[in-house]
Amino acid sequence: MSKIKSLDELRQMKARLESEMDIREKSNNPDKLVQIRVAMATCGIAAGARAVMNSIIERVEREKLPVIVTQGGCMGYCYAEPTIEVKRPGEDPVVFGHVNADKAMEIIDKYVLHGELVDGILPVNYQTIQEKI
Amino acid sequence: MNDLSMHILDIVQNSISAGATRVTLTVDEAPGADLLTIVIGDNGKGMTPEQVSRLSDPFFTSRTTRKVGMGIPLLMDSARQSGGDVRIESEPGKGTEVTAVFGYSNIDRPPLGDVANALMLLVSSNPALDFLFTYRYNGEEYLFDTVDVREILGDDALKDLTIIRNLEEMIKDNMREIRNC
Repeated sequence: MSKIKSLDELRQMKARLESEMDIREKSNNPDKLVQIRVAMATCGIAAGARAVMNSIIERVEREKLPVIVTQGGCMGYCYAEPTIEVKRPGEDPVVFGHVNADKAMEIIDKYVLHGELVDGILPVNYQTIQEKI
Repeated sequence: MNDLSMHILDIVQNSISAGATRVTLTVDEAPGADLLTIVIGDNGKGMTPEQVSRLSDPFFTSRTTRKVGMGIPLLMDSARQSGGDVRIESEPGKGTEVTAVFGYSNIDRPPLGDVANALMLLVSSNPALDFLFTYRYNGEEYLFDTVDVREILGDDALKDLTIIRNLEEMIKDNMREIRNC
């Protein structure tokens, strides 16, 4: 594919780019999408969340998976960063900790696409020391 | 933080949390003047002078989920270790501008990293917000504004990962061109 160098070229390639877009289809079926939220606060970024997010986005784009990828803030799981929260349609969100690019692919293969749980889930009843006092 | 683009990812989150609808990012590489300057501005809710004065304290945060805030202190550390500093100007109701200056050739200056990637991660995760990116290299300038993209391709385009990848490559090419001329 030829590269776009300027906004003028973007304008010229509008039709082709639009034919490649799958966001319209996604917008029409929001209830069928899996949402993946990568925690990208200071703790997440420092632990490598950007590489995780890049690998997830690359896969979702390449295979046109029914997934929306966004960034989240710190949820207090700094000890387990990078973390990602996956919400399958109609299900409670699940948070995975200590995720790297390989782990993210395993989560997509098993949990995102087939609902099969994998290791590394952070329990929802986790409390920080401060909350317990 | 391994590189400066990670700081950018991090500091822009503050703007987003502050309710900004438009974020401006300027990266100015000036090897001639031996300076690297990063400016992040937003139209978020801003801070009082008291809040600004406490920003360098890692144990100050406006957040309630935890009691520490490391973003600005880490940025200050990176800037100061390379002979630079961070300046923050803010006004409640108007917005905030964070300016980080680094000694360009200083051995302790972290590498710039992949700014185009950091920017497009922010754009694709926050498609409702507008981002203006200005890149300068020894005075040569390149501008990228999501407002222009919206005008040409429509609002949905910034949510589409294929478009985002194309735009990221476009920005990288333009940055490379400016650096080489």
